[in-house]
Amino acid sequence: MPVACSPTRQSFQTHPDHYRHWQLSTNGDVATLAMSVDPEGGLNPGYDLKLNSYDLGVDIELSDAILRLRFEHPEVRAVVLTGSLDRVFCAGANIVMLRSSAHAFKVNFCKYTNETRLGIEEASDSGRLRFLAALNGTASGGGYELALACDRILLVDDRNSAVSFPEVPLLGVLPGTGGLTRITDKRKLRRDHCDVFSTVAEGIKGKRAVAWNLVDAIAPLSRWDELTAQHAKELAQEITPREGPGVQLPPIAATEEEGPNGLRLAYKYVSVDFDEKTRTAELCITAPDTCPTDEAGAVAEAGAWWALDAFRELDDAILNLRMNFRDIALVLMRAKGSPETVRTTDALLATSDHWFLRETRGLIKRVLKRVDLSAKSFYAVADEGTNFVGTFLELLLAADRSYVLDDPDSPVQMGSSQANAGMFPMSNGLTRLETRFYGSPESVAPILAQETSFDAETADELGLATAAPDDIDWDDELRLAIEERTSFSPDALTGMEANLRFPGPETMETKIFGRLSAWQNWIFQRPNAVGEKGALTCYGTPSRHEFNVERT
Amino acid sequence: MTQIDYSQKIPNNVDLGSDKRLQRALERWQPDYINWWRDMGPTNFNENEIYLRTAISVERDGWAHFEHVKMPDYRWGIFLTPHETEPKIGFGDHEGEDAWQQVPGEYRNWLRRLIVTQADTEPASVEQQRLLGLTAPSLYDMRNLFQVNVEEGRHLWAMVYVLHRHFGKDGREEADELLQRRSGNADHPRILTTFNEPCEDWLSFFCFTMFTDRDGKYQLLSLAESGFDPLARSCRFMLTEEAHHMFVGQTGVARVIRRTCEVMNEFPDADPREHGAIPLDLIQRYIYFWASSSLDLFGAEVSSNSANFFAAGIKGRAYEGKYEEHGAMDQFYEFERYQDGRLTKEAVPLRNAMNEVLRDGYVDENIKGIEYWNRECEKTGVDFRFAYPNRRFSRTIGEYAGSHFDPEGTPIDEATWKANVAQWLPSAEDKAYVKSLMQPVTERGKYAGWIAPPKRGINSQADDYEYVKL
Repeated sequence: MPVACSPTRQSFQTHPDHYRHWQLSTNGDVATLAMSVDPEGGLNPGYDLKLNSYDLGVDIELSDAILRLRFEHPEVRAVVLTGSLDRVFCAGANIVMLRSSAHAFKVNFCKYTNETRLGIEEASDSGRLRFLAALNGTASGGGYELALACDRILLVDDRNSAVSFPEVPLLGVLPGTGGLTRITDKRKLRRDHCDVFSTVAEGIKGKRAVAWNLVDAIAPLSRWDELTAQHAKELAQEITPREGPGVQLPPIAATEEEGPNGLRLAYKYVSVDFDEKTRTAELCITAPDTCPTDEAGAVAEAGAWWALDAFRELDDAILNLRMNFRDIALVLMRAKGSPETVRTTDALLATSDHWFLRETRGLIKRVLKRVDLSAKSFYAVADEGTNFVGTFLELLLAADRSYVLDDPDSPVQMGSSQANAGMFPMSNGLTRLETRFYGSPESVAPILAQETSFDAETADELGLATAAPDDIDWDDELRLAIEERTSFSPDALTGMEANLRFPGPETMETKIFGRLSAWQNWIFQRPNAVGEKGALTCYGTPSRHEFNVERT
Repeated sequence: MTQIDYSQKIPNNVDLGSDKRLQRALERWQPDYINWWRDMGPTNFNENEIYLRTAISVERDGWAHFEHVKMPDYRWGIFLTPHETEPKIGFGDHEGEDAWQQVPGEYRNWLRRLIVTQADTEPASVEQQRLLGLTAPSLYDMRNLFQVNVEEGRHLWAMVYVLHRHFGKDGREEADELLQRRSGNADHPRILTTFNEPCEDWLSFFCFTMFTDRDGKYQLLSLAESGFDPLARSCRFMLTEEAHHMFVGQTGVARVIRRTCEVMNEFPDADPREHGAIPLDLIQRYIYFWASSSLDLFGAEVSSNSANFFAAGIKGRAYEGKYEEHGAMDQFYEFERYQDGRLTKEAVPLRNAMNEVLRDGYVDENIKGIEYWNRECEKTGVDFRFAYPNRRFSRTIGEYAGSHFDPEGTPIDEATWKANVAQWLPSAEDKAYVKSLMQPVTERGKYAGWIAPPKRGINSQADDYEYVKL
């Protein structure tokens, strides 16, 4: 029987001193991130991470390494992703791990790994880092998908090493970590080549891999180091050099407290109160009363700057909600604290060209996307003390619904800033305001034109409130909305929300989550993959798969 | 254009003369093969006439036709062992079904990989041994070396035939690449690591033919069971030749031992080195080295591939016919897992343990071979016993790789390993000494001082027969 997840809560925080699976080194403006998976270092017992195959623990370290390169090593302009094994770069996600994991864990695992790979591309798109996949051996499945996230792929030409997608022919599942999307939409292979490539388990190597654009170049073993260095150097030169020093990222940790209805996770700026009975969590982010007012001040505060710290905490809280609190159906989001702090900070983030502020902005962007992509229902709750202003307003816009208390005795503060005008695009390429008002684009400008905070009534008029009950109706309206929501099928809600949150254009990112992941998650439930005689179940065991041959 | 007589040029029983597609493919490949042989085959001996055995038919005496021939003119034939009855798949999920005469699409890639990996070792070993002719201890040994080499060449042919005949364009490309990879080449090495180490001296060559070629034998035995009939029949015929390679290794090391024992009896107080013989403990170190590195060739103890291949019916167990049951389902194999410094028994599904099952038969056969060597000591009254290492000793692949064990298989720490490794594996000094002995002896009927003459000549030829016309 599949195990749910480890009895202890999965932590998403780590540090290079604790890595078990990656070797991170820097040399001038080039960093090398060598995959060196400890076979016995799996998160759960029951599988060995052979041949640089990975599980969530390996990906948490990768994600951490990239984040730290961005903040702690401003001098680094190019990253070489390579492997420390002979002949194998990376064998992809560990099969036994996938097979022995519960469905929900698999979905979370795939989502997280997809976010990590998109993070690599975001670092490149934002002009911060270029990535070279230096495939010193075969890259199969998730191993090649990781390479696909990089700007350039160099494959060793030893007449043996290949890139491959063995998922369909061997495992009866998909290369679901962006693989099928990136070969068509990013590397733009011809579609029949995509079809052939995705069904040849042993993959394609050498000159044909270059001819089909599966890789950018091949290099013989004798010139491997030289050519790797050369490609890395070329990539580094595409990036503007930055002034140091780096900003160390302090550890993020929540204390566990006794809350009003159960557990409370209390960070510095973020708190989450869980109510197991109603299957809700109350998430609150609070802006401090004082903050740096200029670029130099923010840079001086470095890793302790509230904007960076608060959104790193929010990121950790969201990951916790997804992975460790899977019974929670609905998250009630509140934003509190000083609106002036948010406005001052937004102005800095919008105007500064300093790399540290730009990186912080990038981090906030990614955390907000993480909210968009979470399979929980979100209600923004604007009641007494509310501060849904600027960057915090994005959280309200990310929510599925917003409830705004219309009570003159308990005024709410809402407002827009530059943060709402394009600093934090969603994965569909639009701002959250543009997405919200996809059918009435003229509604966006009046909101952005608000120079000061506004009250509940104005918020409602501007289209920012799903409902704006007065103090008499408030409690009951909110209670009913919560009880109704938590009574629905969690699966139907996940599907519904994933559809409704992303109106408008498709991007590679929306296709990865909306098409590839959705099909993958369907296949992950089907007997042909995970049934007693499914291909994923049988692979590598004495038993042979048997398919239900029905197609529609 | 003159008509080529295929049955003369390429002896065969696959009706090569009437298969246009195959002719075209082989005609293109054959010149490349000869070029490869001239570049990478035995150095300096392509113009000499060698007393070689050629397989010219599958009839009882057809596989052993002896004549003097220049190696590039050797008739590398293509033979499939004929069937007496309608072949059936003998194991796995397709047991009892008709054997495949054409490649089953579902298993095409696995089969191709298996064939290419097997095929790659054949030219690799020729490349590894290409300089040995220059230091042969006798014409008899030189001839045996070349016999092994041309037969490895023929085995490459046999596998290339299967690739050309059954795998279309991909098969032709793989066949080309078999001639492009080179043993020990930094840019395009041979597929398996062991086949990239040069075979630098004759003691290594004898150990190689004893231990590494025997791995080849067991791989061929398992492929000879394949449900893909052309592969099974090719491998069966290859096995008749493989036996000679092991004979070379078995008797070669025995003759080295015999010579050392003679010297020890004659000069009981002297170091055998003083009289140009190879000390027995040094021979033991070579045995440990080659025996353990050859054990790696069977792959990991617990393997998904081995289960897949068995289930699919494409790679069986050695002598599958001797087993009563051929499904190997719901059965377990107990192997010794090594974790946290402790050995524990663990039962794994039998199908996943097929590499280990194959290794078991191989180990048993090697132990018998070691006993044969010990009898050389007994016969001469020398008090020394050779040992076969425990399969955990000095491994770089599988469960025991990365940990240290002594030759009896007892776990030891790094310090103990370092303190003793010079007693267990050949040192630089050992290699230098063996190398110093490698002086060619090319006079008819004469042998180098470190090796005894064979008990009888090839094809019962006289002691001073001119096996190689220099």
